[in-house]
Amino acid sequence: MQASPRMEEYWRKTRNLMITSLVIWAIFSFVIHFFVYFLNQIVIGGFPLGFYMAAQGSLIVFVIQIFWFAWKQNKIDEEFGVAEEE
Amino acid sequence: MAQQASQDVFVANLGKIYGYYTGAFLAFVVVLAILEQLGVPGYVLGYLFVLLTIAVYAGIGYLSRTAQVSEYYVAGRRVPAFYNGMATAADWMSAASFIGMAGSLYAQGYDGLAFILGWTGGYVLVAVLVAPYLRKFGAYTVPDFLAARYGGNFARFIGVIILVSCSFIYLMGQLTGTGLVAARLLGIPFEYGVFVGLVGILVCSMLGGMRAVTWTQVAQYIVLIIAYLIPVVILSTQKTGIPIPQIVYGSILQEITTLERTASYLAPFVGEAKGHATPFWFRDPLNFFGLIFCLMVGTASLPHVIMRFFTTPSVREARQSVGWSLLFIFILYFTAPAYAVFAKYEVFTNVLGRDLSSLQAVAALPSWIFTYGKIGMVKICGANAASPEAVFAACQAVKDAAGNLAPVTTLTFNQFSILPDTVVLATPEIAGLPYVIAGLVAAGGLAAALSTADGLLLAIANALSHDIYYKMLDPQAPTARRLIVARVLLIFVALLAAYTAITLPQGILIFVSWAFSVAASGFFPALVLGVFWKRCTTAGAIAGMIAGYAICVFYMFGTEYYGMARWFQGTWLSRQGLSNIASGVVGIPVAFLVTIVVSLLTKPPSKEMQDFIDQIRIPKGGPVMSEEKPAIAH
Repeated sequence: MQASPRMEEYWRKTRNLMITSLVIWAIFSFVIHFFVYFLNQIVIGGFPLGFYMAAQGSLIVFVIQIFWFAWKQNKIDEEFGVAEEE
Repeated sequence: MAQQASQDVFVANLGKIYGYYTGAFLAFVVVLAILEQLGVPGYVLGYLFVLLTIAVYAGIGYLSRTAQVSEYYVAGRRVPAFYNGMATAADWMSAASFIGMAGSLYAQGYDGLAFILGWTGGYVLVAVLVAPYLRKFGAYTVPDFLAARYGGNFARFIGVIILVSCSFIYLMGQLTGTGLVAARLLGIPFEYGVFVGLVGILVCSMLGGMRAVTWTQVAQYIVLIIAYLIPVVILSTQKTGIPIPQIVYGSILQEITTLERTASYLAPFVGEAKGHATPFWFRDPLNFFGLIFCLMVGTASLPHVIMRFFTTPSVREARQSVGWSLLFIFILYFTAPAYAVFAKYEVFTNVLGRDLSSLQAVAALPSWIFTYGKIGMVKICGANAASPEAVFAACQAVKDAAGNLAPVTTLTFNQFSILPDTVVLATPEIAGLPYVIAGLVAAGGLAAALSTADGLLLAIANALSHDIYYKMLDPQAPTARRLIVARVLLIFVALLAAYTAITLPQGILIFVSWAFSVAASGFFPALVLGVFWKRCTTAGAIAGMIAGYAICVFYMFGTEYYGMARWFQGTWLSRQGLSNIASGVVGIPVAFLVTIVVSLLTKPPSKEMQDFIDQIRIPKGGPVMSEEKPAIAH
């Protein structure tokens, strides 16, 4: 396969999606938990929010994020005609 | 081609097959519950649980036996995303997750959540950076990819060394777990327990390789998730009236926090910045975030996890499959903190603060204390809580700092200790449930340990038979002989791991965490830069793998066994110093740095290699590597 401009555009979009995904990942893996003391002052349903984010909140984001990524990347593949044939 | 056709029928009917299987398993639990009511003793139920579940796993392994190479190594690449998700979840969740994690959360509170975060968020990296590209490449093993991208067998050999190191460390932990559960369930010595587990693992994986392991792991996931959820759902209903522990444990957490501030028998917490929801008293921020980082990057580097995504029918399904995997893992991981909180509440309200001044008062303690005290898992006043008499005697004999007799009359936090592993195992007894539920939990723990051990053993044996024997020693070897070599190596590795696990019994969680740091420091830069940075050269990747692996192992062994001081201790970064379960904090950046610097100093990869990378980057066009096609020229 040649490194045509179209393929470069494909890879640019793929890379942007990767970077977006990694930014979301970094926020919910690390950044939000830097503020645990602050978040713990907010209590919802008995859960201090900082505790809740580490015990459940971030996990829910990860699950949704992966399905979103799979869907989005597939759309990019189809747009550029590089998806697998069924 | 009859086999091909029967395979497709099998895949089309997976939902029905596993639906019946789940129903049959629940019916089996009900039958055992009835047997218990009829007076059948507990140990018989224990044997039935172990023998029947292992027989089912072995039966699946036997039915999936295969003599085809692609079936043996990648399950014929026909595993749908959803089922591969279940198999990955079972592959992933080991004895450490099933038994150990809730206990760690019980002991460490918020700081233990580093394991929850670290063992889930890594799947984002798997989905975005690793799985689709390696699936497209069409590897049988992770070293296959390293060899194709980085100039052949030297990179393959380094890859095999890293793979065997991290998988073997991990496997020992699982065999220890199997031994513990089998010993608890069958009442046999730990050593025999290890071998009972070993037989189960071998029958599952030996005949059918990846295909057998896949379909066994799906079955094991169903058992382990049912076993994990049932006790805590019942406990939650008892305590709060609502059967969704994951939502209602917040109110229990509030009560624990109130007790920690006020109850006199919780002296270590009152007025201190400690407590279940309080961050950074057990682990300082460097270790907390460092551990999360190592576990996440390690997730995206562990060969037994990555190779599960080689089995999907397409690149698209490989990506979706990562989502399903994490969803199935999430179901257990967001329940574990609830287990910890319910257990802690029980201990804080029904155990601590109780009167110990007379034998009658001691005998009125909840009976599960003595059940687990007998096997040394609960201690009161420094002695095993084997019986009311033993507890009373030990508490009467307590001396104060000056050596004078100071009998303990009220049970305080400091006089009570419980082994973390007890939390999940004892929950059925805490909730006053019949023995059959305790047996169910133990069977779930066994399923968790066996399924992970299956995957690890297969990863090691495949690397030795495919990478070392077939690719390096005898490329002309006929198919039949390759598979025989794979099976013989499987037995050999399994026996060696069992022997090591018995002679060196260690903490499961430490070993498992080490495996993550080793894999992350060794593999991650080479895998990710190999796809995303065309300029990454053979010399760079090999130097990076060696440097990352070496410094990581050096730090682990240095601090653990040779008295080396922890790095960063007492600096602005960390008061505790970097714990060696987060050695990857040093190893991963070093590996990246060395890979990048050496790559830039060496000649850029050839035009053919650049085209090869372009091919890996798009899903279309079928696997790049295949049995017939030789590796590309460099």
